[in-house]
Amino acid sequence: MGLVSWLIILPFLTAMAVLMVPAKNWKAIRWISLTGTGMHLMLTAFTTMKFWALASQDIPAMKTATMTKLYFVERVTWFQTLGIDYFVGLDGISMSMVILTSIIIFAGTLASWNVEERTKEFFVLLLTLVTGVFGVFMSFDLFLFFMFYEVAVLPMYLLIGIWGTGPKEYAAMKLTLMLMVGSALILVGMLAVYHASGLHTFDLIRLATVNYPASLQTWVFPMFFLGFGVLGALYPFHTWSPDGHASAPTAVSMLHAGVLMKLGGYGALRIAVYLLPEGAKEWGLFFMGLTTINIVYGSFGAIMQKDLKYFTAYSSVSHCGFVLFGVAAMNLMGFKGAIIQMFSHGIMTGLFFALIGMVYGRTHTRIIPDMGGLAKVMPWLAVCFYVGGMASLGLPGFAGFVAESHVFMGGFFGNNFMNPVAMKTLTIIATVSIVVTAVYVLRGLATVFQGPITNHHFHELTDATLTEKLSTGLLVATLAVVGFMPWYFIDLIEASIFPFVNRLQASGTMVAFH
Amino acid sequence: MHSEQSFILNNVWLIPAIPFLSFLTLGLLIRNFPKKLQDQLSGIVATLAVFSAAVLAYWLAWEYFHLFPAGVAKQALVPWSFEWLRYQENLAVNVGVLVDPISVLLMVVVTTVSSLVHLYSTGYMHGDPGYARYFTWLNLFTFSMLGLVVSPNILQMYVCWELVGASSFLLIGFYFEKPSAVSASKKAFIVTRFADLGFLLGVILLGYYGYNLFASVAPSLHASGLTNVQPFDFAFLTNPEVMNQFMGMSDTFMGMGVLTLSMVLIFMGAAGKSAMFPLHIWLPDAMEGPTPVSALIHAATMVVAGVYLVARMFPVFAASADALLVVMYVGAFTALFAAVIGCTQDDIKRVLAFSTLSQLGYMMFALGVSSMDHPLGYTASMFHLFTHAFFKALLFLGAGALIHAVHSNSIWDMGGLAKKMPVTHATVLIATLAIAGIYPLAGFFSKDEILVAALESGHTGVFAIGLLVAGITAFYMFRIYFVAFWGKPSHHSEHAHEAPISMLIPLIVLAIFTIGAGFVPMADLVSIGHSAGGHHGINWAVAGPSLFVAAAGISFAWFMYVAGGKQRSAALAGALGGVYTTIKQKFYFDEIYLFITKKIVFRFIATPIAWFDRNVVDGGVNLSGWLTRASGAALNSTQTGQVQTYGAWFVGGAVTVTLVLWIFFL
Repeated sequence: MGLVSWLIILPFLTAMAVLMVPAKNWKAIRWISLTGTGMHLMLTAFTTMKFWALASQDIPAMKTATMTKLYFVERVTWFQTLGIDYFVGLDGISMSMVILTSIIIFAGTLASWNVEERTKEFFVLLLTLVTGVFGVFMSFDLFLFFMFYEVAVLPMYLLIGIWGTGPKEYAAMKLTLMLMVGSALILVGMLAVYHASGLHTFDLIRLATVNYPASLQTWVFPMFFLGFGVLGALYPFHTWSPDGHASAPTAVSMLHAGVLMKLGGYGALRIAVYLLPEGAKEWGLFFMGLTTINIVYGSFGAIMQKDLKYFTAYSSVSHCGFVLFGVAAMNLMGFKGAIIQMFSHGIMTGLFFALIGMVYGRTHTRIIPDMGGLAKVMPWLAVCFYVGGMASLGLPGFAGFVAESHVFMGGFFGNNFMNPVAMKTLTIIATVSIVVTAVYVLRGLATVFQGPITNHHFHELTDATLTEKLSTGLLVATLAVVGFMPWYFIDLIEASIFPFVNRLQASGTMVAFH
Repeated sequence: MHSEQSFILNNVWLIPAIPFLSFLTLGLLIRNFPKKLQDQLSGIVATLAVFSAAVLAYWLAWEYFHLFPAGVAKQALVPWSFEWLRYQENLAVNVGVLVDPISVLLMVVVTTVSSLVHLYSTGYMHGDPGYARYFTWLNLFTFSMLGLVVSPNILQMYVCWELVGASSFLLIGFYFEKPSAVSASKKAFIVTRFADLGFLLGVILLGYYGYNLFASVAPSLHASGLTNVQPFDFAFLTNPEVMNQFMGMSDTFMGMGVLTLSMVLIFMGAAGKSAMFPLHIWLPDAMEGPTPVSALIHAATMVVAGVYLVARMFPVFAASADALLVVMYVGAFTALFAAVIGCTQDDIKRVLAFSTLSQLGYMMFALGVSSMDHPLGYTASMFHLFTHAFFKALLFLGAGALIHAVHSNSIWDMGGLAKKMPVTHATVLIATLAIAGIYPLAGFFSKDEILVAALESGHTGVFAIGLLVAGITAFYMFRIYFVAFWGKPSHHSEHAHEAPISMLIPLIVLAIFTIGAGFVPMADLVSIGHSAGGHHGINWAVAGPSLFVAAAGISFAWFMYVAGGKQRSAALAGALGGVYTTIKQKFYFDEIYLFITKKIVFRFIATPIAWFDRNVVDGGVNLSGWLTRASGAALNSTQTGQVQTYGAWFVGGAVTVTLVLWIFFL
C-alpha cells in the first residue's frame, strides 16, 4: 500500500481499534482515537513535504497543461466490466483538503475529550465519516468518489440524531434528506457522463479527455453544480446547515462545517467544471449570481442571530458562498481563492465550533444576550474567538484575507467568456460583505466576551484546559501560518489549478465580450 | 545605487521587524510567565525594542539624507523585497521596504513617538491588571504602522492598514469591561472598515487596469531600470507613462474616468483612517482607550496614515484634478467643522481629538492645493504631519498626566494645576502655543507653509478657512489651558501632584522636539515633482495675519475663561441657544449614524432577511417535506389490500391509457 491508501485507511483502522475496546473503557477509547488521528496528522505532514517538493517544481511546466497531474497514484482494477477502479492519488487541491481534514479531525478529537455518552460509538462513527472524507478527496474514479461521498454523508444522521441537542431528529432528518437529493442529482450526472463518454470507465482523468456535446453539458453541469451546491450551502439550498450545525455535537459541527461542506466546493470544481467546461461557461454567471446572494444574504442573516451556533452557521453560509463564487468566476484567481477559502473557512469554522462547544460546556447556554464579560474569566477562549472572528472578517495576516482577496480579484478580473460588466457588478456587491461581516462579528463577540460580567455564576468559570488549548491553539496557528506565509500554500496548489483554467480556455468556441 | 556600503540602508527591514519580534516574545512567551515577572519584563522588553527601532530609524535618516543631500533628486530605494503573494502571472505582491523621503520621515516620527509613549506608559499603566497585554498590543501596533510606512506597494499598504486598524480596535477596547470602551472600539473598527471597502475596491481597480496595461508598458519600464516591478507597486502606479495610459482609458463609471474613480475610492479609505468628515465619528469616541494610546495612535501616527496614503499616491492624485479637488474640499471642511465642535467640548481628550481632526484637515487640504509643478503644499503637509505628531503627542501625554492626577477627564474638574504640576504645565503650555501657531514653535512654521501654499495655489476660500481655523484653534486650545491650569481648583484637583519621572521624561523630550522641529529644513528633505525645492523662509504677508488671528483667539479665550469665569461662557452659550446645543452635540452625526444602522439596516434589512430565511426559504423545504408526507398519506388509502379495488384501478388505468393513445395517435 502506498502513502495515499494509508492516508485513507488509517482513520478506518483507528475506528476498528476502537471497536475492539470494551465500551466502559471510554478513557482508553479517546486515547486510541487521539493516537490514530495524531499519527494521521504526522503522516499528512510527511506527505505534504514530499508533495510540496514535487509540485512546486512543476509549476512552470503545468502553466499550459490541460490535464491534471497526479502524484502518488495507486490503481487497482475493481469491477472490470463496469470500468470501476480503485484509483487514488493526490494533486494540489486534494493535498490541501487532506491537510485541512487531518488538522480538523485531530483538533476535533481533542475537543471531544469529554464526550461520555456512548464514547465508543461516537468515535467509531466519527472516524468512519472521516475515512469517507479522505476517500473523496483522494479518489479519481467517479464511482469510488461517490461511494466515499456517501460514506461521509450518512454517519452524520446518526451522529446528530444521537449525540445532538435541541430538535436533533428534525435537524438530522432534514440534513440527510437534503443532502440525499443532492446526491441523487450527482448520481444522474455521473451516469450521464459515463454513458455519453462511451469509454466504459469511471476514471475521471480519462472521462475528461472526451468533448461532451454542448447539449449534454448544458443540462448535466447544473445537476452536478446543484448537487454539490447543496452540500456547499448554495442559496437557496442552505437551510439544512443552520439547523444541522445547531443540533450537532461539537466535533461533528467542526467536521461538518469544517470539512464536509468543502466536499461541495471540491466536487463542483473537480467534477463539474473539470468534466464539463462548456457547461461551466454557460452557467457560470448564473451561479455567480446565486453565490453573491449567499455571500451578502448570509452575512446580513447572521447579524440578528441570538444563538451562537446559528450565528456561526449563517456566517458559514456567507463564507461558503465565497468558495462557490470563486469557482463560478471561472479563472485562475477565482479557483485559487475558492480552494484557499475552503481551507481557511474549514479551519476557522472548526475553531468557532470548538470554541462554542467549550463555552457552552461552561456556561450551559449558547444564547448570545445571556452571556457577557466572559473574557475576564476565560481569556484564552476569548482570544481564540477573536482570532477566529478577525480571520472571518478577512483581516490580513490570517488565511481568510488571502482567500477573499483572490476571490474578489478573480470575480473582478473576469474571463473571456462571461459578461465582464455583470461579473464586476456582482463582485462589487459581494465586497459589501466585508463590512457586514465586521458588524456581526464584532457585535456578537463584544456581547459575549466584553463588558462587565452579567451573570454572577460566570465568576466561577475557568479558562481552557490543556487539551482545549492544544486543540484551539493548533487551529489558530494554522490560520496565522497560512495568512502570514501564503506562498507555501500557493505553491502547493497552483500547479494543479492551471489545468482547470486551461481546459476552460481550450474548450468550444469563445464568446468574445472583451 | 550607492547603498551597498551602508548597513542600515540594506537592512531597513529591521525597523519593523524588531517590534514584531518583541510582540511575538510578549504574546507567546512572556504571557506564560508568573504575573509579577510578566509585568516586570513586558514593559522593559517592549520599550527597549521600540527604542532600538528608533535608533535605527535615526541612523537611517542620517544615512539617507546624506546620500541624497539638498538639491539632489532623492531616489526611492527598495533595498529588500520578496514575493509574498502571487495572484497570477504579472500580478504579485512583493512585500518589502521602500526608502524614500516620506517613508524615512514617517519612520522617524513613528519610532520617536512610539518609544516615548512606551516609556510614558510604564508609568501611566503601572499596576494595571492588563499591563502585559497592553504592551503586547502596543508593540503589534508599532510593527503594523512601520510596515505600513515602508510599503512599496499598495497591497502591502492595505494589509498593514487593516492591521493598524485591528490594533487600534484592541487598544481602544483595552478596558474591555467598560461598555463605553467596547462600543467605541466597535465603532472605530466598523467605520474604518466601511471606508476600507472603498480602499479595497480602489486597489482592485488599480490592480485590474494596471494588470491590463502591464504587458504594454513593462518593456519601457524595464528599459528605464525598473526591473521586477508589479502592477501593485507604487513605482509602477506613479510612473508617468503608466499614468498617461490610465488617463487615456475610455472606460468611465458614472461619468468618472477610471483614474479619478480609483483615486476617489482610495481617498475614501484615507478619509476613514484619517477621520475626515463624514467618516470622522469614530475618532472622538476612540478616546475611550488609555491616554498614551490616544497620543500614539489617535493623534500622532495611525490617523495620519490617510494623509500619508494620499501623499504616497500623490502623483496619481495630481494626474486626476477632480480627485485632488475632493481631497482639498473634504480636508478644508473637516478642519473648520472639527474646530467649531472643539470649542464646546468639556472632556479634555475629546477637545484634543477634535483638534486632531482639524489639524488632519489642514494636512489634507495642503495636499489638495498642491500639484506636481507647485509642490509646496505637499512639503507643507508632510511638515505639518511631522510637527503635529510631536506637539499633539505632547498635548495628549500632558492631558494624561492631568487625568492621572485628578482622575477625571472633564476640564472643569481640573483647575489650578499650574502650581501643582509645574513640569506638566510648562510642557503643555509649549505644545498649546505650538498648535496655536505662535512663533517660533513648530506649529507656526508648518501651518504658515500650508497657508502660503493655499494662497499661492489660488484657492483663496481655502486659504481663508485655514486662517479662520487658526484663530479658532488658538481659542479652544487656550480655553482648555486656562481652565485646567489657571481656573479655580475643584475638589478633584486639590490633592493633585506631579506625575512620576517616567512620565515627565517623555513630556520634556517632546517639548524639546516641539521647540526644535520647526527649524528642520523640510523643503530640502521632502519634495516631489519638478520643483527642486529650496527653503521658503517665512512669508510675513501670511504669517502676520495668522499670528494676529492666533493672538485674537488667545485673547478671546482669556476674556471668556480667565477674566469672565464660568458665568460669561455660560451666558454666551445661552445666547447662542440652539446653535450651541447643536455644536455641542457634534451636529448630531452620531445620532444620524445610529439611526441608519439600528433603525434602517438592522430593522429593515437584517431582521427581514433572518425572518425570510427561517420562514420562506426554509418554509419551502419544510413544505416539500410536508407535501411528500401528505401525498404519501393520500396514496396510502389506495393500498386497501382488496383485490376488487386493485382490479378497478387496473381497468380504469387501462381504459385511460387506451383513450389517451387513441386521441393523440389515431
